[in-house]
Amino acid sequence: MKSRIGFFDFTGCEGCQLTVLNLEQELLEVLELVEIVEFREVMSERTEQLDIAFVEGSICRQQDRDRLKNIRQRTEILVALGACADNGGVNALGSDRGPELLRQQVYACDMPHLQTDPPQALSAIVAVDYSVPGCPIDGPEFLAILQALLLKRQPDLPNFSVCVECKLAEYPCSFDHGEICLGPVTRAGCRAICIDGGDRCRGCRGLIDNPRTSPYHRILEDHGLSVDDILDQYRTFNIAEPKSEP
Amino acid sequence: MKIELNHITRIEGHAHLVIDRTQGEIKDCRLEIVESPRFFEAMLKGRHFSDVAPIVARVCGVCSVSHTLASLIATEQALEIEPNPRAKLLRRLLSYGEIMQSHLLQLYFMAVPDYLGIPSIFQLLDSRRELVARALRLKRTANRICEVVGGRPVHPVTTTIGGFSALPDAGDLKHLRQELVASLPDLEATVELFAGFDFPDFSRETEYVCLSDPGHYPLHSDRFLSSHGLNESVANYRNEFEEYLTAHSTAKFARSERGSYMVGPLARLKNSYPRLSPMAQKVASALKIDAETTNPYHSLKARLVEVINYVEESIHSIDELLLHGLGSTAPKLMPSGGGSGVGAVEAPRGLLFHSYTYDENGLLETADCVIPTAQNLANIETDLKTILPDLLDLPEQELTRRLEMLIRAYDPCLSCSTHLLKIDLV
Repeated sequence: MKSRIGFFDFTGCEGCQLTVLNLEQELLEVLELVEIVEFREVMSERTEQLDIAFVEGSICRQQDRDRLKNIRQRTEILVALGACADNGGVNALGSDRGPELLRQQVYACDMPHLQTDPPQALSAIVAVDYSVPGCPIDGPEFLAILQALLLKRQPDLPNFSVCVECKLAEYPCSFDHGEICLGPVTRAGCRAICIDGGDRCRGCRGLIDNPRTSPYHRILEDHGLSVDDILDQYRTFNIAEPKSEP
Repeated sequence: MKIELNHITRIEGHAHLVIDRTQGEIKDCRLEIVESPRFFEAMLKGRHFSDVAPIVARVCGVCSVSHTLASLIATEQALEIEPNPRAKLLRRLLSYGEIMQSHLLQLYFMAVPDYLGIPSIFQLLDSRRELVARALRLKRTANRICEVVGGRPVHPVTTTIGGFSALPDAGDLKHLRQELVASLPDLEATVELFAGFDFPDFSRETEYVCLSDPGHYPLHSDRFLSSHGLNESVANYRNEFEEYLTAHSTAKFARSERGSYMVGPLARLKNSYPRLSPMAQKVASALKIDAETTNPYHSLKARLVEVINYVEESIHSIDELLLHGLGSTAPKLMPSGGGSGVGAVEAPRGLLFHSYTYDENGLLETADCVIPTAQNLANIETDLKTILPDLLDLPEQELTRRLEMLIRAYDPCLSCSTHLLKIDLV
């Protein structure tokens, strides 16, 4: 029997679900292996039990917490899809300011339906089995994780930094352009796509498990940067403070 | 009796439709936008100008290119930077790719099921596999444009203040041109499919608003116009449109002095019909649509006409880029100093404004983004209220189907529209 999979979204841009739909060349083959039973963006069907739920977005309200817990109850495996679900993603930018202030600044009033709490990653509410990192997720990496889950294997994420992929591709170092780059501590797997595009790493894939902090300190010192500079950048896509000081 | 449609499917984001009818009379009809508020404009405060476009791209996965470009143009206006003509042409090509992928997703994945009476396109995997494969092929080609020019389809990485930080490979552009030409038979089959659909009969005149882009079908410009005589600099958009809050929506609604108005493919087509490419005009007549239509369901047809138009425009743009060269990447060194600027682009769903003020250190002081869907919400509600009395005799299932189709015709993007208005400095 085909695995029954569903896609769900909370506070986010739906760009990760779109990245799944953008797997145009693989989608027909994937649908030979799985049955998509719920995907509100493109389907009207709804279901009860799921084998795998891919959940996009951060959690900011009580009704969202309830809906997430309900999804957790209905699914065997729950996967955080993308940075918002995994680390808070870009919603983290507002997390140091407090919802009241944000609400006043954007809506200039305080009606009940505008109430939100500080954004949280899914794992703050329910048990999350696996994550697909990134803003947006990387399509081929999503397929690799899905494949592992269908084969009942443990999906692996690279546990080395973007710097490694960047050096292998021989891209010029962002620090040498006078930019602050999170490549030394951010989880690889994106093929350093932002640096290839002439930008720098903004850390959307989250930290590697054991970032090597002392060489990073040296890089920062060499370029006249402080830990605060780097944390300010880190908060663009990540809610929590890093587990160990960079 | 009360009809409640919760979490309407096959749209971007979360909305409920609530209709209260008692003894044949409509007491209430409202579109509740229940997407969680996102506060982007407040989150941008204090950010350096070089961070602003990559952050606001995340407002929307489907139209990240439009948000990026509106943002870059607003910042360039504020800092008095002018991208070179090559960069402007590449930006046009990138926008064509985005609008095509968004339109094709809406047409095939969100709208086709309504017209074939099925809950989703995946139902056709066995019975009409060729239709699904064609939808994916066409979407693939559109996304290839965004990949080649922007680095990837969602959240571009090559776009920067002053132009591009990395340029596409000429070989990739040639290949892209071949793919676009090769997509013509698939497009023809798509036109045939939609020409066979039975579109609901409904008309309601409203005000149609889009950019005014002399010599072009509207895309990027510093002026906008309306069917009711507006012709203004985008810098003055606040004088013409007002955003307001309702008790049932986390997205703001917008109105002009004359009431609700429409932005998007139908507004563009109505205001700029003569600027469509010859092939697009031919397709428009095959679909029985012209500048006179006032049927909001025809937004679907307008979307398909635009896809044809942008395929042609993309081929011409690639030819021009290959003939005259791609230019150079934008200079890395960033200027300092502050200022204010407004950027406007035609996003897939219509007119999008970004407006920023920076302080002398280049840090953002105020931001205001006016989203196409927010501008359309009041118009959608008015359409719903107008059409409802004619549908009240239908069985409930058919009634809700017609209303959902009307909402989907606008292709509302609610993740986009739940955060608005300017920051009042506290």
